[in-house]
Amino acid sequence: MSPKTLYDKIWDAHVAHEGDDGTCLLYIDRHLVHEVTSPQAFEGLRMAGRTVHAPDKTIAVPDHNVPTTLDRAKGIENEESRIQVEALDKNAKDFGIHYYPVSDIRQGIVHIVGPEQGWTLPGMTVVCGDSHTATHGAFGALAHGIGTSEVEHVLATQTLIQKKSKNMKVEITGKLRPGVTAKDITLSVIGKTGTAGGTGYVIEYCGEAIRDLSMEGRMTVCNMAIEGGARAGLIAPDEKTYEYVMGRPHAPKGAQWEAALAWWKTLYSDPDAHWDKVVTIKGEDIAPVVTWGTSPEDVLPITASVPAPEDFTGGKVEAAKRSLEYMGLQPGTPLNQIKIDTVFIGSCTNGRIEDLRAAAAILKGKKIKDGLRAMVVPGSGLVRAQAEEEGLAQIFIDAGFEWRLAGCSMCLAMNPDQLSPGERCAATSNRNFEGRQGRGGRTHLMSPAMAAAAAVTGHLTDVRELM
Amino acid sequence: MDKFTKLSGIAAPLPLINVDTDMIIPKQFLKTIKRSGLGVNLFDEMRYDGEGNEIPDFVLNKPQYRNAEILVAGDNFGCGSSREHAPWALLDFGIRCVIAPSYADIFYNNCFKNGILPIVLPQEQVDILMKDAEKGANARIEIDLEAQTITSSDGEVFSFDVDSFKKHCLMNGLDDIGLTLEKAASIKSFESKLASERPWV
Ligand code: SF4
Repeated sequence: MSPKTLYDKIWDAHVAHEGDDGTCLLYIDRHLVHEVTSPQAFEGLRMAGRTVHAPDKTIAVPDHNVPTTLDRAKGIENEESRIQVEALDKNAKDFGIHYYPVSDIRQGIVHIVGPEQGWTLPGMTVVCGDSHTATHGAFGALAHGIGTSEVEHVLATQTLIQKKSKNMKVEITGKLRPGVTAKDITLSVIGKTGTAGGTGYVIEYCGEAIRDLSMEGRMTVCNMAIEGGARAGLIAPDEKTYEYVMGRPHAPKGAQWEAALAWWKTLYSDPDAHWDKVVTIKGEDIAPVVTWGTSPEDVLPITASVPAPEDFTGGKVEAAKRSLEYMGLQPGTPLNQIKIDTVFIGSCTNGRIEDLRAAAAILKGKKIKDGLRAMVVPGSGLVRAQAEEEGLAQIFIDAGFEWRLAGCSMCLAMNPDQLSPGERCAATSNRNFEGRQGRGGRTHLMSPAMAAAAAVTGHLTDVRELM
Repeated sequence: MDKFTKLSGIAAPLPLINVDTDMIIPKQFLKTIKRSGLGVNLFDEMRYDGEGNEIPDFVLNKPQYRNAEILVAGDNFGCGSSREHAPWALLDFGIRCVIAPSYADIFYNNCFKNGILPIVLPQEQVDILMKDAEKGANARIEIDLEAQTITSSDGEVFSFDVDSFKKHCLMNGLDDIGLTLEKAASIKSFESKLASERPWV
């Protein structure tokens, strides 16, 4: 048998039909659904008189629109948001799919809920009408975002029409330096390969620095594979993966666990497998980074300065000019002198317990800079509960942070959590696009520890100075 | 879905790289539960000022491009969020074809599902068509999907690649779901195999 990559193995295990031209029907093991990209798909099913093919493999949770303020039990004020969430309530009920409503403590961001509940398992195919579905790749699951027509297609057939992508290996060798986290890895990779560097590929992240990461950290890395343009990001499962999965509500038990484990242990890239592209980065070369522009590839170490458009070539010159103007930044300004107005800790990139621990470790016994707005939005109700139990919530509150309920919140600002024009935010989310966190809002992406450090000083800060 | 066979239309130049789906349709317009009506908000934050007035400089606000059916753009068009509202908004505005050196994967697929043809051309050829588009309403670009060619207003012909299955669906306005359901037997037999080999799924 010819050697295979992890992606090849998962792909081969899910082809339900292959056409002459290589177009495949890929069987989908888990379909995650949220309120923004699904209403038109359910509507399409109804109009065609179709049903959900595998309701037991379909899981829905509202996250994008939901308010995260403590009074949300009163209902959603914005009418359109309310209609969308109500539509999901109804669709979940009508079609008999698993559902975590806003009132359920297990509700949260779909990419945090899936793994937390044990829906995401190694070797699975996982899709969701959301580009950050890549997150689930941390378990060695082939996971990617799809559009609404594809949501409808998966609902109706439990398959997706796909052609195979190419294989890309991203290896992070050696150890990370103190203060450097999974977020710095994933941003640095995008900084190196560009936002289109992964287009047409499925990335497998490997190397010692990846192995050393916790499952939370691995999810952070895979989450942003999409920002690098890749269809999906993968990390081969290992003992850490099995340990995380074991005992979760929907993980296999008993004899099924043993059978699953035996298969999972075959899920790795064979030593001489073929890679279409390889990127290698030394772990010790990665610094705590921030973004300065309006594309996730605009990444620099916190010790650097704002670049000038002339530092680039091709279309990037014009893009950099536009970014700098939008961001209100002068070339040559040291990044650590950029003052901020707001801090947002949360999102499917960095809204898990370990992220809150990392931020709280920096904030303990400190206060946020006067006049700053700072909020923590846990990724799920269970993350929130655990953080309260561990005393992290109190650290945030004492420091001056708002302690919110779970949801996407200011990651995309579809709910009332938004930046005002010109407001500058240190954010742990994944996109710094123009207007992403509110019209005219300016976003700097970074790790939770870096965001906490910025909250303390009021400007972008090298977290290593506070450690 | 409308069939796409031939198109002769005005092309609007948008010479920016990394045009993301948040730019194409900002999130405040994702709250709809319908597919239609998004055209007025296409490129909303570039097209209107804070008060909702048109920004005259923005390409689609210029009289000669108001009826554009083709968009010529830079590298990595449609990156970011998977929202299909992006192609819905383009379509609702009247855009049936995008020409760029590269696209983000999900956006690219979403276009085909909605009767929009995303064409990939080498940068040099996109540059030529960008110049052509800059000439305004008199410069009609012709696209022939069957022949896989683009003809500039000067008569210069470029050919492009497109996946044969996607081309077939687009030319015939075929619904993917219907096509897949014809293979229901394959799905069924896969499911029985799955039930015995990986029962925990
Ligand atoms: S947290 Fe942000 S990136 Fe993640 S699913 Fe929600 S909106 Fe998308």
